[in-house]
Amino acid sequence: MTDQYIVSSSPHIRSNESVDRIMRHVVIALLPATVFGIYHFGIRAFIITLICIAACVGAESLYQFLTKRTVTIGDFSAVVTGLLLALNLPHTVPYWLPIVGGVVAIIIVKQLFGGLGQNFMNPALGARAFLLISFTGLMTRWEVDGISAATPLGMIKDGVTDLPSVANTFFGFIGGCIGETSVVALVLGGIYLIAKKIINWRIPVFYIGTVVILSILLGGRGLDMTYVGYQVFGGGLMIGAFYMATDYASSPITRTGQVIMGLGCGILTSVIRIYGGYPEGVSFAILIMNLFVPLIDRFTIPRVFGEVAKNEK
Amino acid sequence: MGALTFKRGIHPSHSKDFTEKKPIKIYTPKGDLVFPMQQHIGAPCKPLVKKGDTVLLGQKIGEAQGFVSSPIHSSISGTVKAIQDVLHPNGSKVQAIVIENDGQYTEIDTMIGRDDYKQLSKEELLEIIKEAGIVGMGGATFPTFIKLSPPPDKKIDYIMVNGAECEPYLTSDHRIMLEETDRVVKGLQIILHMFPGAKGVIGIEDNKRDAIAAMEQAVEGIDNISIASLKTKYPQGAEKQLIYSITKREVPTGGLPADVGCIVQNIDTVVAIHRAVLRGRPLMRRIVTVSGGAIKEPQNFKVRIGTSYRELIEAAGGFTEEPSKVISGGPMMGLALFSIDVPVIKGSSSILCLTKDETKVMNERNCIRCGKCVSICPMNLLPADLNKYAIHNEDDLFVQYKGMNCIECGACSYICPSKRHLTHSIRTTKRTIMAKKKK
Repeated sequence: MTDQYIVSSSPHIRSNESVDRIMRHVVIALLPATVFGIYHFGIRAFIITLICIAACVGAESLYQFLTKRTVTIGDFSAVVTGLLLALNLPHTVPYWLPIVGGVVAIIIVKQLFGGLGQNFMNPALGARAFLLISFTGLMTRWEVDGISAATPLGMIKDGVTDLPSVANTFFGFIGGCIGETSVVALVLGGIYLIAKKIINWRIPVFYIGTVVILSILLGGRGLDMTYVGYQVFGGGLMIGAFYMATDYASSPITRTGQVIMGLGCGILTSVIRIYGGYPEGVSFAILIMNLFVPLIDRFTIPRVFGEVAKNEK
Repeated sequence: MGALTFKRGIHPSHSKDFTEKKPIKIYTPKGDLVFPMQQHIGAPCKPLVKKGDTVLLGQKIGEAQGFVSSPIHSSISGTVKAIQDVLHPNGSKVQAIVIENDGQYTEIDTMIGRDDYKQLSKEELLEIIKEAGIVGMGGATFPTFIKLSPPPDKKIDYIMVNGAECEPYLTSDHRIMLEETDRVVKGLQIILHMFPGAKGVIGIEDNKRDAIAAMEQAVEGIDNISIASLKTKYPQGAEKQLIYSITKREVPTGGLPADVGCIVQNIDTVVAIHRAVLRGRPLMRRIVTVSGGAIKEPQNFKVRIGTSYRELIEAAGGFTEEPSKVISGGPMMGLALFSIDVPVIKGSSSILCLTKDETKVMNERNCIRCGKCVSICPMNLLPADLNKYAIHNEDDLFVQYKGMNCIECGACSYICPSKRHLTHSIRTTKRTIMAKKKK
């Protein structure tokens, strides 16, 4: 036998899908929100964004180098985490804060649990929650053009009545984290992700839908559409629903599970916002649901094709 | 009416343009012909000849052993040169009869056709099919007479001919439907004669418009045969998916097509039935697509079983470049060969010689749980989880997550962005669990 060809198991052809391609699409989807954030909040937002990305990529390569693993920064997942973290920070934070955030996100939430795909919670969100609890003051200082500007949800919580218009809230001309204010930009990116089949519609649609319904039922203002508008457009719901709750590693893999994830996030968000101490519940809602994902997946194993009664015809 | 289909699945590039317009070329073998005694699922055959014997074309040289087995016939006349172990396209070594071709093609006088097949009983027809050594020619090589003998309590109302040919590169079924149209119809009519209450359906993917048109014309005026246009989607030709597409019936887990009143036959198999009944000829030839980027002049050949792969590759102009992989069968489910010195057997649907670019070997990366495998699995399984349980040898979880239902179509591995060997690990674990069960 002279010839020796490669022998491996079928299939012998593979699609062009790749992790890099998926992550690149996520970066593209986040660009409108990033650009708007920089436009709205100014150069500081840009610098914070760069620091976040650098911190995440740096932390990942350093950790993998030190632990003698393959350095995987080329897959863009650290870039995505950095970008998401930046979009979840106010632009007023001191420059060391994003570095702390990036290190926490990559090393503690992602790498210590086994790296890409093994993290049980979204790294950016985990880091955000950590920063929010540890540096509450720094993390909730909202400013627009140097003037302090609370988020509409915060104002509602404090009983302030002089709220920005719902339209401004929709387009994003309000206080908030760098990337969370513009509903338009975030939804645009979300639709892009769904169209490119990077995420599916279940989690965002059930999440946002649940918040809409519960705001009406539990908000105490009935069918006050302005109030509902603030609830839906005002906080981190859009960025959470499209980009954080859909995180592959920390969301269910089954279709039914994804519906449950959306519902659960929606219920928790509304409950925290309406009954809790924080004005904003998205981060904690998603993080709590992340913990249930293995359980949800286990109880939602789909019906296999052919699982029918034998005598059925 | 839109094309019929099943749920989920993938759309790999067809790569059929190499050969889909190439008429079937008859290939005359040059060297010795090799007949492995294992050309079907089931027990290997026992040689009926010995070294030095003269054999005639059509002569039975291998006797079926046991129930699930099928006899083997010589496709040439000549002298038995040796009975020895040879390399089989599946990678194993099996006993084979090597026959030196005398170039005369002297036929045995027992090949008698029956024009009056309608006078024959079902049992007589089954006996002809059994003795002709006909097996499923799509690649699975299950003896056809068994498939055509469903348990008596199952009422069969559909005889399906599988012309989906959903594997990329493969065009042999396509060419048969264009060039041997009437034989397909006749073959199906013979089967329908055995199942008088059943309807015949020929399912064809809609990327073969010309085949659909040709077959539709051929069945015009025949009440009990129709053509089903199927959406081009992989694995449309998988038995369970094909049945669902056409009837919306689900073959129950662990069950057979007969449980939902269906029998599915491959196109070439139906032609073989036609030849066996009307012309008295056992299964001695088949259509083989020789294709892939490393082949100079890709072709569809009509080949005598026993012909060497090497000869066929040479007949297709040889290599343009050294192939990276040679596959017997389609790229999704076929077997990779390490040598081309193997004979064509009854299940050899194609020989693919793929270049490095066509069959990139990529490193596995971490599963990112993107769920793409879940969204395309035609069996509605969770390949990512099954892969995890397979790697960790968690057989109980593997079974609990219904891993035994995998049809090994390869779609999950194809789509996986992390290039994980999902199908491979699941297949291996299935085998291990089945072997343990037998103990």
